[in-house]
Amino acid sequence: MTRDVLLMVGTTKGLFLINGANDISGPFIEGTSVPSVAFDQRHKRMLAGATSFFFGTSIRHSDDLGKTWSESETPNIKFPEGTDTKITQAWQIMPAGAEEPDVVYVGVEPAALFRSHDAGESFELMQGLWDHPHRATWQPGGGGLGLHTILIDPRDATKMLVAISTGGVYLSDDGGQTWRASNKGIRAQFNPEDQRYPEYGQCVHKVARDGGNPDRLFLQNHFGLYRSDDGGGSWADIANGVPSDFGFPVVAHPKNTGTAFIIPLIADVKRWTADAACRVYRTTDAGASWEPMTCGLPQKDAYVTVLRDAFTTDGLDPAGLYFGTRGGEVYASNDDGQNWHTVAEHLPPVLCVRGAPLG
Amino acid sequence: MRAGRAARLSRVQVTVFVPAALRQFAAGERRVYVDVSDQATVDGVFRCLHERHPGVVERALDETWTPRPHVNIFVDGSSIRAGARLGLQTPVRAGTEVWILPAVSGG
Repeated sequence: MTRDVLLMVGTTKGLFLINGANDISGPFIEGTSVPSVAFDQRHKRMLAGATSFFFGTSIRHSDDLGKTWSESETPNIKFPEGTDTKITQAWQIMPAGAEEPDVVYVGVEPAALFRSHDAGESFELMQGLWDHPHRATWQPGGGGLGLHTILIDPRDATKMLVAISTGGVYLSDDGGQTWRASNKGIRAQFNPEDQRYPEYGQCVHKVARDGGNPDRLFLQNHFGLYRSDDGGGSWADIANGVPSDFGFPVVAHPKNTGTAFIIPLIADVKRWTADAACRVYRTTDAGASWEPMTCGLPQKDAYVTVLRDAFTTDGLDPAGLYFGTRGGEVYASNDDGQNWHTVAEHLPPVLCVRGAPLG
Repeated sequence: MRAGRAARLSRVQVTVFVPAALRQFAAGERRVYVDVSDQATVDGVFRCLHERHPGVVERALDETWTPRPHVNIFVDGSSIRAGARLGLQTPVRAGTEVWILPAVSGG
């Protein structure tokens, strides 16, 4: 990497940090799996959802760029009494907007949304989604019943989107008090033929908001690649010219409208890159067409799996793009995906990657 | 009758052994002494311990007050998941030792 970004790489065995000179430090938060990380620009705070194999899940934070990490007296995220439910892991950490400087959202497994009002020190269950009548019929996907995507409208923080495997997309217009399913056009491949477009229950893998048009969203489904131009109200198939419409992550370019990136895998039971070649596919026309980005990526005997949160952008211009694999490699691009280089090898399986811009 | 009531109200001391990974939540102590009723169970020991060292208890038990799947709890040498499988209802007595142990696993 040549830019002023500190890369946070969550793995099954702790958190690693990679600086601009490709120096790797870690593991931090040893003894835990780290499936979610975030950098809260408002507080210059790193946040990590850490699950001890033995002792449960906490949201840890660091205010010194990863040198030291908080450890709350008791786990700081847990289901309240009466729910008779326990957290398996934290799938997603999303700081809210500038208008709510101390609000942080966390999506967990089993699917639920938590909110912090103190910048990630403590969390409380958001009852609105928990009480949704659909919840009892959501089913776990292969990775578990996780709420893995939280998007907040940059124009209005009361408008939120969450995605659940397997529940689908849900929207809120009131800051998360009430929710409605919004999966029109999204396929549920695993349902009987006459029930493949249900109101909810789709196995949505990831949703990303367009960098230039807040009403536009890109969605990678469990078979299916979609775009919405109305804030998630409806979805159109954009799997045009990709080797597979199966995959996990989708990343939108932070500035260029209509530009997004995916890493297609063959299928659910063949979770590796098609043709055993590691290719990032890029669209610059909102999904009308896709082109493979291969320069610097392994193109022979590459059975690569990239999980839904293991692909990210640093938000800079041109966009820095980074992804980690279950094989422990981390790749980076400084030029909107045209060229890639290896920044780490032989890490534990990578679960999530986020960039912390230091400028 | 009065003697019986007095017996029910008597207290006994139980020793809880804290694993190294959780001692930061028990003021660094390996052993924590807990006074409970002589009618108490492991559940009562943990409730008492929670008042002093909640960080230990909430990592040994999940939020449904169930031992985490990869944490073992031994009472006087026997796992509370073995034998009669009384779990947290396993009775304790004066001098009982309760061990909290990470299970043989690691992910």
